[in-house]
Amino acid sequence: MPRIIVDVMPKPEILDPQGKAIAGALQRLGQTGFSAVRQGKRFELTVDGEVTEEILEQARHAAATLLSNPVIEDVTRVEVVKDATIGVSE
Amino acid sequence: MSETPLIGDFSPAPDAGLSGARIGVITFPGTLDDVDAARAVRLAGGTAVNLWHGDHDLQQVDAVILPGGFSYGDYLRAGAISRFAPVMEQVIDGAKGGLPVLGICNGFQVLTEAHLLPGSMIKNNHLHFICRDQTLRVENNTTAWTSEYAAGSEIVVPLKNQDGQYVADEKTLDELEGEGRVVFRYVGVNPNGSRRDIAGITNAAGNVVGLMPHPEHAVEAGYGPDSSAFGPVGVRGGTDGLGIFTSVLKKIVGAN
Repeated sequence: MPRIIVDVMPKPEILDPQGKAIAGALQRLGQTGFSAVRQGKRFELTVDGEVTEEILEQARHAAATLLSNPVIEDVTRVEVVKDATIGVSE
Repeated sequence: MSETPLIGDFSPAPDAGLSGARIGVITFPGTLDDVDAARAVRLAGGTAVNLWHGDHDLQQVDAVILPGGFSYGDYLRAGAISRFAPVMEQVIDGAKGGLPVLGICNGFQVLTEAHLLPGSMIKNNHLHFICRDQTLRVENNTTAWTSEYAAGSEIVVPLKNQDGQYVADEKTLDELEGEGRVVFRYVGVNPNGSRRDIAGITNAAGNVVGLMPHPEHAVEAGYGPDSSAFGPVGVRGGTDGLGIFTSVLKKIVGAN
């Protein structure tokens, strides 16, 4: 079944304390190739059957209202993926 | 219903004239401080009414408190799911019509998610849960919930949270400052990185107030902070939070 992927990231101007802590942990582990980390959220909305434009519009609405808070977060992706590609190469 | 003091030296008798004021306290799944908030209402002399998140019914209360805790486990974002609970439709309608609404801690987060108050709370800048007695300055004593305090007075109440860092864009912060809508500010230390030391804010009308610290935990001698901003107190003798509840009760009965 197809799924709609929604990615939500903290706004660039908002300090991301979790990302900062992860960056610190990477440094301590000797993985020093990264200058910063930001942590976001990924939602997978499963659709029974075909993803119509109406369903995609519902997903965009959900992304903007429930799944993200526009004061602190941006929706960076709303995209349909085929089942086979979940977690592999999409 | 009157409240029996838990220890012997609790003396201030509630003003009997306030008992007609009915304050609703909403319980969401994961709310922790509803019982304390209801007790604070009773200790201040009012009548507490338990409200349930799943009901479309405010039971004709005169004001509403959204208490602290971890509603819906803080899943998604703190307050994000509670904001869509059935009872919130009535809370939002009521708030827009002037109903006094107070959000404490998680309740404050619900009010920002519901867009009744601007801004949002993110994780504390140091990433730790924090629990301490916190001094606040009452910046605005003209709201429904702060009229018992003198403007600029300080109070000591417990602070306990993980997602307590108040954030908003600069324009919003400037508006809040310019319109006198910062109600409480952290004094001494900023415990969580909140912008401009903001601990609590109000809407333009002054009926909706949200704050991160917990006035309902500083209402009864023996169970409050070890200090008070109003003078020396005994161990756990701080009751500086009681004025929040007497403020709204007196407003409801028309005493101030």
